[in-house]
Amino acid sequence: MTVGTKERVAAGIGENAPRPDGVAKLSGNFAYGSDLWIDGMLWGATLRSPYAHARLVELDITPAVVMSGVRAVLTQDDVPGRPTFGQVEPDQPVLCDGVARYWGEPVAIVAADDQETARAAVEAIIVEWEPLPPVTDPDQARAAGETYRDMVIRRGDADAAGSVVIEGEYETAIQDQAPLGPEAGLAIPDGSGGVDLHVTSQWIHIDHAQIIASLGMEPDDVRCHPVGIGGAFGAREDISLHIHVAMLALRTGRPVRIVYDRTESFAGHVKRHPARMRYRHEADDEGRLVKVTVDMVLDGGAYAHTSHAVLANASFFTVGPYKCDNVFVDAAVSRTNNPPAGAMRGFGAVQVCFAYESQMDRLAEVLGLHPLEVRRRNALGPGDPLATSGQIVEGSLPTLRVIDELESIPMPDAAIPDDPRRLPGGTGLTTPKDAVVRGVGFALGLKNLAFSEAFDDFSEVLLILTPAGLEIHTAAIEVGQGLVTICEQIARTVLGIEAVAWLSADTSQIGSAGSTSASRQTQMTGGAVYEAAVGLRDKILQQFGGDELTNDGVYDRGELVATLDAVTADGPIEQWVRYRHPPTEEPDEFGQGNPHAGFVVAAHRAVVDVDPELGLVRVVQIDTAQDVGKALNPQAIVGQLEGGIAQGVGFAIMEELIVEDGVILNPTFTDYLIPTLLDMPDVGSRLIEEPAHWGPFGAKGIGESPTISSTPAVVAAIRAATGRPLNRVPVRPQDIAGV
Amino acid sequence: MDFLAAGDLSTALDARAEHPEAELLAGGTDLMVEVNLSYHRPAGVIAVRSCEELLEWEGRRIGAAVTWARLEDGPHRALAQLARTIGSPQIRAAGTLGGNVATASPAGDGLPWIAAIDAEIEVASQRRGTRIIAWDEFFVGVKETTLAPDEIITAILLPEHMPVSQEFAKVGVRNVMVIAMVNCVVARGEDGFRVALGSVAPVPIRAYRAEEMINAETSISDAALTEFARIVSDEVRPISDHRSTEAYRRHASGVLARRLVERCLAA
Repeated sequence: MTVGTKERVAAGIGENAPRPDGVAKLSGNFAYGSDLWIDGMLWGATLRSPYAHARLVELDITPAVVMSGVRAVLTQDDVPGRPTFGQVEPDQPVLCDGVARYWGEPVAIVAADDQETARAAVEAIIVEWEPLPPVTDPDQARAAGETYRDMVIRRGDADAAGSVVIEGEYETAIQDQAPLGPEAGLAIPDGSGGVDLHVTSQWIHIDHAQIIASLGMEPDDVRCHPVGIGGAFGAREDISLHIHVAMLALRTGRPVRIVYDRTESFAGHVKRHPARMRYRHEADDEGRLVKVTVDMVLDGGAYAHTSHAVLANASFFTVGPYKCDNVFVDAAVSRTNNPPAGAMRGFGAVQVCFAYESQMDRLAEVLGLHPLEVRRRNALGPGDPLATSGQIVEGSLPTLRVIDELESIPMPDAAIPDDPRRLPGGTGLTTPKDAVVRGVGFALGLKNLAFSEAFDDFSEVLLILTPAGLEIHTAAIEVGQGLVTICEQIARTVLGIEAVAWLSADTSQIGSAGSTSASRQTQMTGGAVYEAAVGLRDKILQQFGGDELTNDGVYDRGELVATLDAVTADGPIEQWVRYRHPPTEEPDEFGQGNPHAGFVVAAHRAVVDVDPELGLVRVVQIDTAQDVGKALNPQAIVGQLEGGIAQGVGFAIMEELIVEDGVILNPTFTDYLIPTLLDMPDVGSRLIEEPAHWGPFGAKGIGESPTISSTPAVVAAIRAATGRPLNRVPVRPQDIAGV
Repeated sequence: MDFLAAGDLSTALDARAEHPEAELLAGGTDLMVEVNLSYHRPAGVIAVRSCEELLEWEGRRIGAAVTWARLEDGPHRALAQLARTIGSPQIRAAGTLGGNVATASPAGDGLPWIAAIDAEIEVASQRRGTRIIAWDEFFVGVKETTLAPDEIITAILLPEHMPVSQEFAKVGVRNVMVIAMVNCVVARGEDGFRVALGSVAPVPIRAYRAEEMINAETSISDAALTEFARIVSDEVRPISDHRSTEAYRRHASGVLARRLVERCLAA
């Protein structure tokens, strides 16, 4: 008789299991999409519109076609199938259809023997434009009925009134995901009319559906393969070069590679929707919300992309994690000639969080309450109706606890630092210590988990147990957040087997895992791994008559009854699942119903040093308490919290795509500034574990929360230091200096 | 495109004389960005970064190819301060003071220092030999200089009397690795304060009226400093663009100049 060790499997849930991609990334050996290479490949390049709105008068590709080394020059006439694409509604031409509707819209594509020739060929194409006046004001577009979606929320009594009224107008600018890895793709013809497409993506199955439509091909003819992602943040949820690179490969019969340069990347992916929001909060004398009335417009830019879902989020989270019985929202997302907007971390919840948290601060100030006290008095919790849709909050929502835990984190040293690099202005040496004023600000944020509004949201996973261990087959995309590690940890803990390998599948090998977005993969693909692992374990235990599975094999009441070799003697054992979260509903015409699968809440406290005269800021420390459900990998969570805070700090004080007449003025890293290590504050974090009502071990997705409320916390801190109203993000030096 | 890596100055000058259409490459931190991001295609490139003569730095003569990394550790305080603010360590290891002068960007961080200390630009050509140009005759417009097509900048020449104190500051929205919204050098010599600013005009400028005003004060009061800052703000000629506004640049110019005078006084 052999007695098992009965030790918990190593690197299971709750541990800081190392990332399989960690060393490769740190040592420069990880293959990103932009590293894709195959012998004999051609290079692609793209001709783009120099206007935000213009009619294509003449397009003569002949000078490019006749160039030595040019293998193909394609235009909209060459699109074999559906001439348009789009995730929700296919409204964007694959290549310009005669009218360019945004700056940088692709017009023609070239494949050539090398990159230089491809670029030269693009420049050789003769193109004549008739500029048209661009529509750049989202309010005007809305007034003209040019919207992708309008949302109306009517909940409660329109005549309800509070004794305290706070009115404010807020604006958020365009933030770019600014992933360091640019858009990249390699298309390889398969020799029998089909094509293999290796492309940067967050969701290869939704890409696949759009690609085959525009190529006019059968699903089996096109395979999308995941590649190494150098940052996503929503920028890879929509098609960029996918169809182009496949068209060029199919036309030439040779592999074709396209990698965007930095400026093309800024032009070539969707951005965070800029927003204008008009808020009216009414509260009683104790600071309890009585009524919230909101009118807002988001600018969706030239094509639909995910605008309709972003608007839903902005509308449903317009009050934040607070109770209120009377809520009236009129919201729209406009069609303009500005850069197309779409998914970015926080997805509509970011813009309104800046507005509602600014409102809550002003309410606290009017009533003489601490900013956290007014939030405590209104905190939304399990069993409460969401202020907007009226949906009863199911599962956990520790709003009060995130506030309490946030307050328990020690404040930084009160002394202004001596090191000039840690003062506002940094190495620019602008600011003496005695010109610095410190401020502290707070914010909370609310986000939905996974897809909403009756979307059939699922993830497929196939587990295969072999003598070597467990294989996880999935098309879910790791974008750097740590999904691979988390799923391996889940499988280890459920199966008791340490040897677990993640094997990325292409679109022909397995069904969709859904998008790596919406804070969903830990719960969705993690949930699929959990469910499949439980099924696999139970099947094996039943077959071999055991009560426990470990690295050694099957045990029955402490006795090893079958080794892993014996278990897999007749071949690998498989378990496939398609995992779904609890169903959600379409809201009614007044936004009422149960559109969400669950919620996650976070709180941030920002401490900033400000030079009020020059309007410069150094963020000293940001602390956060985050609702995590269950911490499957605490280190990975802290990584998400810190990274999300960096992005939130960026949006608060520097990150803005500046667009004039529809043209992006700063599409480079020289002028689109993201925080460096010197701009990054110290971070203190607390993880609140109250299990979610679905998903593996009660874990919640936490990827978006850190970005949502860190921005308003920083702005609140700058307000506290300066007394300026600061109703727009990012806050610019002239806003603080008042010039 | 022809490429020549010149090992010494005379080779570089010969090549420059023969190929005035070619562009000079030192650190490449401007030129290569143009090539890589803007698809700029130089007709030819003459690399001068290995020319010994340009790497020398002795006393009042700073070779044109001296890098920011060396200047950062050098004896001139404001020059070291500004060198630290340029790009990342990789950029500072490659980029040069001469390249900054040659590019003549309105935001060039080295230029206000040259203006504040009244440095001269030494240039050379095969046919005409060496020529020395006052800084305010060298910079004539946005990225425009009086360097002739066959000439190479060989050194920055410092004056005989260097200031007793010199201070630099630069405003940007990021605390490091940022293009200046305004940059400023104040130098204090035996003849008083000199105030130079960048990013607030097509070329680096001196705030002569403000200098005159502050240098006429026998003891510098708060009121005098306030008036001084006001004159600096009035004297600069900034524009509004995607990096900042005219109003903010005027405001920040005055604030920086005043604070740097205070730093010079405290030094």
